[in-house]
Amino acid sequence: MSTATRSLPRTIGAHAILLTYTAIALFPVILVIMNSFKSRAGIFGAPLTPPTPGTFDLIGYTTVIGQGDFTHYFQNSLVVTVASLFFVLLFGAMAAFALSEYRFRGNTLMGLYLALGIMIPIRLGTVAILQLMVASGLVNTLTALILVYTAQGLPLAVFILSEFMKQVSDDLKNAGRIDGLSEYTIFFRLVLPLVRPSMATVAVFTMIPIWNDLWFPLILAPSEETKTVTLGAQLFLGQFVTNWNAILAALSLAIMPVLILYVIFSRQLIRGITSGAVK
Amino acid sequence: MGSLKIENVKKAFGPVEVLKGINLEVTDGEFVVFVGPSGCGKSTLLRVIAGLEDSTSGRVVIDGADVSATPPAKRGIAMVFQTYALYPHLTVKNNMGLGLKQAGTPAPEIDRRIGIASSMLSLEPYLERRPAELSGGQRQRVAIGRAVVREPKLFLFDEPLSNLDAALRVNTRLEIAQLHRRLKATMIYVTHDQVEAMTLADKIVVLNAGRIEQIGGPMELYNAPANEFVAGFIGSPKMNFIDGARLGETAKTIGVRPEHLTVDTKSGAWKGTVVHAEHLGADTNLYLDCEKAGLITVRIFGVYDAEPGATLYATPDPAKTYRFGADGKVLK
Repeated sequence: MSTATRSLPRTIGAHAILLTYTAIALFPVILVIMNSFKSRAGIFGAPLTPPTPGTFDLIGYTTVIGQGDFTHYFQNSLVVTVASLFFVLLFGAMAAFALSEYRFRGNTLMGLYLALGIMIPIRLGTVAILQLMVASGLVNTLTALILVYTAQGLPLAVFILSEFMKQVSDDLKNAGRIDGLSEYTIFFRLVLPLVRPSMATVAVFTMIPIWNDLWFPLILAPSEETKTVTLGAQLFLGQFVTNWNAILAALSLAIMPVLILYVIFSRQLIRGITSGAVK
Repeated sequence: MGSLKIENVKKAFGPVEVLKGINLEVTDGEFVVFVGPSGCGKSTLLRVIAGLEDSTSGRVVIDGADVSATPPAKRGIAMVFQTYALYPHLTVKNNMGLGLKQAGTPAPEIDRRIGIASSMLSLEPYLERRPAELSGGQRQRVAIGRAVVREPKLFLFDEPLSNLDAALRVNTRLEIAQLHRRLKATMIYVTHDQVEAMTLADKIVVLNAGRIEQIGGPMELYNAPANEFVAGFIGSPKMNFIDGARLGETAKTIGVRPEHLTVDTKSGAWKGTVVHAEHLGADTNLYLDCEKAGLITVRIFGVYDAEPGATLYATPDPAKTYRFGADGKVLK
């Protein structure tokens, strides 16, 4: 079928490129999951083949569940990620609303200052952050991680959300003001639902680096009670012997929660409830 | 209840002066229309009245009380917006009732007022729907209903018809006119459409570049414009402006409305060639390139056959010819 907008060669070309990209992107993930179900000999003997009845083995998973306190690590990771995400979205959206809605002296400068963090990696300040945490007695607490990750996520959140907030109809906010709604009600009830898709975008971008981070858990909260999954998986990386079964199993398990969160947010990405508010 | 007084209101955004000293008085029950080209400050003035913008200087007095420092919700006003601005998460009923609920009005009273407003605007079948399930015209009626239930001292309309299609615009215009007659409330209406201004207003305020050019009734502005701007802005097609010197007149500019010109094939004041003819059925617009007057528009009632290239003579009605001085003001 060849029409003005579609031709068979073009369709095939586009799909070929997209499928190739998908294959490249998914390859390492599939490799990890596949090998996590194999015995040690199976992993080293034929790393690229799927588990066969001969090589199928759940030893990795039993090790992970048996050894170490992995449920606890998962819980830590989830607490840190969800709490940081909540604060990033809340404070990011509030700052973005102020920057886009109110005219005040230094508005542009403030916006630039808040966006500066996008360009300067927070890890440059690790030593100072560690000193700060030691001084405030927050070392080896999840609070330390939540605070650092909130700071890390805010610049991008403010930057993206303020652009979207500018697009929210002024008339709608003004209608709320005339009806006597407080600025907080206008923000939470009128504006936030309308920028939900962009909030989801920010959530996804913020969530993944936090979940995968090894640096700050290692430095700020390496104790047994506060270990995150990524740090916990290091348990199996020995100086002389590495338990690959367990590492691959731990990593496979670590993908799950983040995948679930992603699915939740990506539904929001598509859904917009703007229709009907204006025009 | 419902008078408004604006005293020397100025508004500047940084170095840009949008309102350059506005003085205006609106009496109770009047329908006042602010009209002017885009960027003339009419919407800003409305926002200053509503309290959505602070004026840089000057006073806004509603019902004898200075409200310059009063928040919008406490000014006793209601506003209808161009983009409807309905709350997307609330039903029609709750959209209309939210303002009253915020003000702490008892529920039976809110229901009573919503009942009256929705029957007035024939919105009863839609009360439980959300804005997304309504058509454009219905949404604007909900927005008007939301204003009506508040029983405000002052209704403010910010170009409420510009998002509607032509047929709906005429209907909604009629509804607003009837609403005004029934409620006898003071209404202030902003538009750039002079037809809306002429048909709805008791009093028209013509604004240009942050200043009031003229205030008056529709016919007053049409028959006795104070200056060239008002003369050109009110009336469609636009008034013809002819350089006075070309006609051997002392006035800087001579103005004649297209409908105050007659044409003849044999003789007349200005000889010209037909450039283009627009046949509208009820009337015909001819564009004539005249030797003395330049390009002018003539509006003839009924059908008139004229081919481009034909020679015609146009004659202005001397009683309805306007003479403007060098400052743009009408010469008496």
